[in-house]
Amino acid sequence: MRLRLLVVVLAVAVLALGLFFPWVKTPVLVALANGLAVSGVIVLIRAGQVSFGNAMFACLAGYGTAFMAREWQLDALLLIALSCVLAALAGAIIGFFIVRYRGIFFGMLNLALSMVLFSVLGKFGAVTGGTDGLRFDRPTLAFVHFEREGFETALLVLALVLSIGAGWVVQRYFASVSGQALAAIKTNETRLEYLGISAKRVFWGGYVLAATLCGLGGSLFALTQGLVTPEMGYWVRSGELVFVAILGGSGHALGAFIGAFVYEFMKLYAAALLTGAWQLVMGLVLIVMVFVAPKGVFGMIERHLRSRSKA
Amino acid sequence: MEVRRSAANQLVSIDCRCRFPLHCHFKTDSIAPMNASLFALALMDGVSYAALLFLVALGLTLIFGVMRILNIAHGSLYACGGYFAATLGLVITKFGLPPMLAFPALFVAALLMGVFLGTVLEFALLRRILDKDPILQLLVTFAAFMVLEDLQRMIWGVQPVFVSDVVTQMGTLSVAGVTYTRYQLLVLPAVAVLAFVGLRWFLAGTALGRQVTAVTHHREVATAMGVNTGRVTWLTLTVGGALGALGGALASPTTSFTPGIGAEMMVLSFAVVATGGLGQIGGAAIAALMIGLSRSFAVYLMPEIEVLVPYLIMVGVLLIRPEGLFSAAAARRI
Repeated sequence: MRLRLLVVVLAVAVLALGLFFPWVKTPVLVALANGLAVSGVIVLIRAGQVSFGNAMFACLAGYGTAFMAREWQLDALLLIALSCVLAALAGAIIGFFIVRYRGIFFGMLNLALSMVLFSVLGKFGAVTGGTDGLRFDRPTLAFVHFEREGFETALLVLALVLSIGAGWVVQRYFASVSGQALAAIKTNETRLEYLGISAKRVFWGGYVLAATLCGLGGSLFALTQGLVTPEMGYWVRSGELVFVAILGGSGHALGAFIGAFVYEFMKLYAAALLTGAWQLVMGLVLIVMVFVAPKGVFGMIERHLRSRSKA
Repeated sequence: MEVRRSAANQLVSIDCRCRFPLHCHFKTDSIAPMNASLFALALMDGVSYAALLFLVALGLTLIFGVMRILNIAHGSLYACGGYFAATLGLVITKFGLPPMLAFPALFVAALLMGVFLGTVLEFALLRRILDKDPILQLLVTFAAFMVLEDLQRMIWGVQPVFVSDVVTQMGTLSVAGVTYTRYQLLVLPAVAVLAFVGLRWFLAGTALGRQVTAVTHHREVATAMGVNTGRVTWLTLTVGGALGALGGALASPTTSFTPGIGAEMMVLSFAVVATGGLGQIGGAAIAALMIGLSRSFAVYLMPEIEVLVPYLIMVGVLLIRPEGLFSAAAARRI
């Protein structure tokens, strides 16, 4: 109950932030897009697996969005939907063989695949625009042609709705049979198999969901920027997604969005105050978080809520 | 590296610029796609590149074997080693010290960097996260990578750093009609082989090395047997870090160092280590040769996919042998 209230308050706050302070609209949008991708990473963390390549799905969906916007001038809603399908398909295909791997090998194989995508995008410049990336014109949103300002506001509302929807889906998934089985991959995979549940199939479902969410985030990110670059799929980006998941707290989908906002705004301030040292600041924050609050910001909030409801 | 071909698929000219900037002695007109000298050139490129890859991967795999942590900050050690070696090289020229010192300075730079960063990483971070969730362990080294990435940008700036005195000093060598630098053809592979043999001997032949091996087998049992595991892990990080830094230091006279080079080397050494099998020294050697050679041959045969080659090999190997080429089912890891 308290949690639901918290989500509503946060959503209203984000909306107000975007509407009353237009200059933070872009960082807010980027944070929401990142949050969506991170909520996918959280699904994998639930299974005890960490992928250092999940940005590839965001990158793929981003390029999908850019291509379709350039070639077919589709509507933004359609772009997002089709890009998600693209990411989900890619996740389903890659998932077929990658669900056999656990731990570091899972992470590394994802990393290698994402580097293949990254290199291909950078190398075949004729099609992909090379390292400069692809630029595309602002599409219509729900078949309305917006100016830049209006487009961003509409996109913000859309992103917020999508984020709440995605968070709800992830939490529903965690509560479902598959979600519980997914968590069992972390605790004891052998027992899961003894129960007659295929760990691979369960993990495949989680992997596809993660890929779709990353794709959703990537597509939204591309629409926000109007530009996609191979950097979206670089392994350091994937590492950042995992970082944000830990920062926000991987116990709940809300953690992904809290983490994404903290990350985005800390990055903004660190970049403004200490030019060229934001990575340093973020790295130190992450180290402190791992030692002080390994459950992330959401873990701290949750503890606070619990102690309040007890009292 | 740019290879242009005429209509009859004949090499018209070869223009080497980026990765191996010192091979420009080789300029021939109208040669067949893969004649003897081109083959020799690709072979030499591959071996010298593999030697560097191997040194970095060796450090990574050693640290993983002992700590069971994949140290993402290892790429930063490569970068810092390279930058620091370049700085020392500049200092030597600036103060008019004998140029003879330039070559040993590379090793000194690597050792200092390895001891310094290895000690800091071990005492400040890795020692404190041994009992944590593997995801958090990985993330802490990623955080260290982020910090080091910015630190090296602050110290050495964003301009490319490139000091090649050592290579020009040593001169060139002509093999199979190809002129190649002695440094890349002889010194780099020699150092790699020495590191391989030396580490093997250290682990199998000395008391301390056996303690290291014991810790890789089972940390707790080793502690119970009286092994000072704290000292062993510190030693491992120092030696492993120094190997990573040595890779960078030895690469510094042949490549220009720019920000981001650590991240790039990180994934490449990941690829080598994963292909060879985590914690496998012999596996890392074979994998480095495989990846180094295929990449350099790809440069000449299929330049479009050159950057993809290491990852394609890694994916291919992991699909067929999920634990890497040489990981035995037995407990022995180093």
